[in-house]
Amino acid sequence: MSNTLTKAAAKRNSGKDPYSLLAALQNGGPVVWASCLIMGLGNMLNGQLIKGLIFLAIELGVFAFLFLGEGMDYIKLLPSLGDREMQEVWNDDKGIYEYVMGDQSQLILLYGIAALCIIALLVFVWQMAVRSGYKAQTMKRNGEKVLGFVDDFKTLFDENIHKLLMILPTAAIAVFTILPLLYMMSMAFTDYSKDNNTLVLFNWVGLDNFKALFSSTNAIGKQFGDVLTWTLIWAFFATFLNFFLGTFVAIIINRKTIKLKGLWRGCLSLTIAIPQFVSLMIIRSMLMPQGIINRMLLDSGLIDTALPFFSNATWARVAVIVINCWVGIPYTIMQVTGILQNIPAEQYEAATIDGANAVQQFMNITLPYMIFVLTPYIITQFTGNINNFNVIYLLTRGEPLQIGNTAGDTDLLVTWLYKLTVDQQKYNMGAVIGIFTFVVLAVVSLVTYRSSGSYKDEEAFK
Amino acid sequence: MAKKSEGGMKAKRLTADIITYIFLSIMCVVWLLPFFWVIMQSFRDGIGQFISTFLPEKYTLKNYIALFTDFTTINFPRMFMNTFFVACCSCVISTFFVLAVSFSLSRVKWKMRKPYMNTAMVITLFPGFMSMVAVYFILKALGMTEGDKIYLSLIICYSSGAGVGFHVMKGYMDTIPKSLDEAAMIDGCTRWQVFTKITLPLCKPMIVYQIITSFMGPWMDFVFAKVIAGTKSQYWTVSIGLFNMLEKEYVEVWFVRFCAGAVLISIPISILYLMTQKCYQEAMGGAVKG
Repeated sequence: MSNTLTKAAAKRNSGKDPYSLLAALQNGGPVVWASCLIMGLGNMLNGQLIKGLIFLAIELGVFAFLFLGEGMDYIKLLPSLGDREMQEVWNDDKGIYEYVMGDQSQLILLYGIAALCIIALLVFVWQMAVRSGYKAQTMKRNGEKVLGFVDDFKTLFDENIHKLLMILPTAAIAVFTILPLLYMMSMAFTDYSKDNNTLVLFNWVGLDNFKALFSSTNAIGKQFGDVLTWTLIWAFFATFLNFFLGTFVAIIINRKTIKLKGLWRGCLSLTIAIPQFVSLMIIRSMLMPQGIINRMLLDSGLIDTALPFFSNATWARVAVIVINCWVGIPYTIMQVTGILQNIPAEQYEAATIDGANAVQQFMNITLPYMIFVLTPYIITQFTGNINNFNVIYLLTRGEPLQIGNTAGDTDLLVTWLYKLTVDQQKYNMGAVIGIFTFVVLAVVSLVTYRSSGSYKDEEAFK
Repeated sequence: MAKKSEGGMKAKRLTADIITYIFLSIMCVVWLLPFFWVIMQSFRDGIGQFISTFLPEKYTLKNYIALFTDFTTINFPRMFMNTFFVACCSCVISTFFVLAVSFSLSRVKWKMRKPYMNTAMVITLFPGFMSMVAVYFILKALGMTEGDKIYLSLIICYSSGAGVGFHVMKGYMDTIPKSLDEAAMIDGCTRWQVFTKITLPLCKPMIVYQIITSFMGPWMDFVFAKVIAGTKSQYWTVSIGLFNMLEKEYVEVWFVRFCAGAVLISIPISILYLMTQKCYQEAMGGAVKG
């Protein structure tokens, strides 16, 4: 009877994983059901003692952390984020006031989220344990050989090698990328900021910070629109000026009659080889009011007063875009040169026979081909420029800063995020800005990528 | 008539060439001038950031010597060794991570493969230091922002995210024919042996590229190091050190030394960079053929 049942189940699940969680719960029987509570029981009773014990140890470990350790305390405090302030308590024995540590919301939030993640992990291991117990039981019942611990371990070097290889990188990403992101994102819903004097104890405030971002009365909100606009303008010019100027230079170097091609490219690509922060700091020093560029211009009598590279908003904005060209054009040249050489020569020959001139050839052959091939590159450049911390921070540090503002006139969303968190400790608003930067990036890359030729028609130029 | 127009064409082409050469020369001057200026400044005898002449009036080696002898405020050799140590450790870890992830994604079919790749894409869309501040809090909660543990924190920062930067390596591994793996497995190789004995040797140029790229990370970055090491100057890396040399309190004395330091750092980094380019081209040019 039970045999026909399993067969029926196997038939129903044919094509799918026969050892899914659902199948295990439906057809597992008492032992598998019991192993839902005592993880690993199914394995232990079916010849996989060590594997079962490992599952059990994980379960016990997590429960010990939650109930004997502090895990559950932090989860319980998570809704309020703690409200005990630091207190002075009179110690009669010593005759002094002693300080009793109060709650620290920041730690409660961190440990609370970490504890929730550990519970999620336990659920994941739990379903693994149930399925694995069911599998061992089914195999034993069908008379197949149940893999012992050593053999099971050996599969980690063969068909399960991905488990062995992925565990460390994934754990590192989970702990040092995903957990911090969740932590930071949750800060966007609190009032964790130096402004409210809530650096120790803070509370959930729901969507207030997002409302503040769009209200013109808030110190952050009144600048958000400006900074977002400037970020997009910057990313647009930084990307497309680099692309077109770089392409132009690459094309003229690529002309048949030009000699010493390697030398020209080599000179221009030296800026890539030199660490970016070094060259940017040098340029900053050169552009200072008393820097060498202003000095030379003043001495030659071309100008009377120093050019306000860092004190006038327009000058500063143009300056960062121009200097970004200086940094970025060599990269474009390197990218474009290879692609130019890949364009089939017959296309140009045919065009010449048809009487097309150089400009027409460029517009109808070179440009479409390059846009097609380079769209992913341009998108990466664009998103990279939205996130371009180095150029802005090292060149202008976001200056000029108007009095009363938190963001300077050349600040991008990312440098603003940096200032709000690291310098000004307005963590809640910093987190909101971070989330918006993500939204902007996601929208820009999805929209452009989906409407690009290389996505719609992969075969166009093949 | 025909001859004349040919001559006209030639003249036209010649003018175009001359204009191009002039244009390229100007560009090269603009691109190289700042570097030339810094090299000259690093030999300048004197102090201060602002000078009245483009080239120094007196030349000296003092600045280079001072970098290696004057430890009163900024200890350049120590910063160099800090960065070197962190770079070595994090480059070993990140290279292993990248290889492991790329191999798993490229050669093994498993259920969470696509979800993993999508998650990696989403993660890269978040601004890098949105998580950085949180990473700092986590490291602080773990007690790793004091004393020598700062090195460990820095290594973690530079290498922990390596698992999402698999694209180049995975793309390269995808070009290795699957038939090689299958043949080896028919001969009785385990996948581990395929990984160590077939895939890794075939990826050699790409592995060198990866090693150098991740080695260069800590030399180029200054944001993470600045947040984690902060004002504890004995744990500064080269980039924060150079950054701080231009801060108000140091710049008067340290500007010329900054130039010397910049030159000293740029030389090995540019050599390493040129090596990565060579490896990359070698890898792309000599992709394994079926």
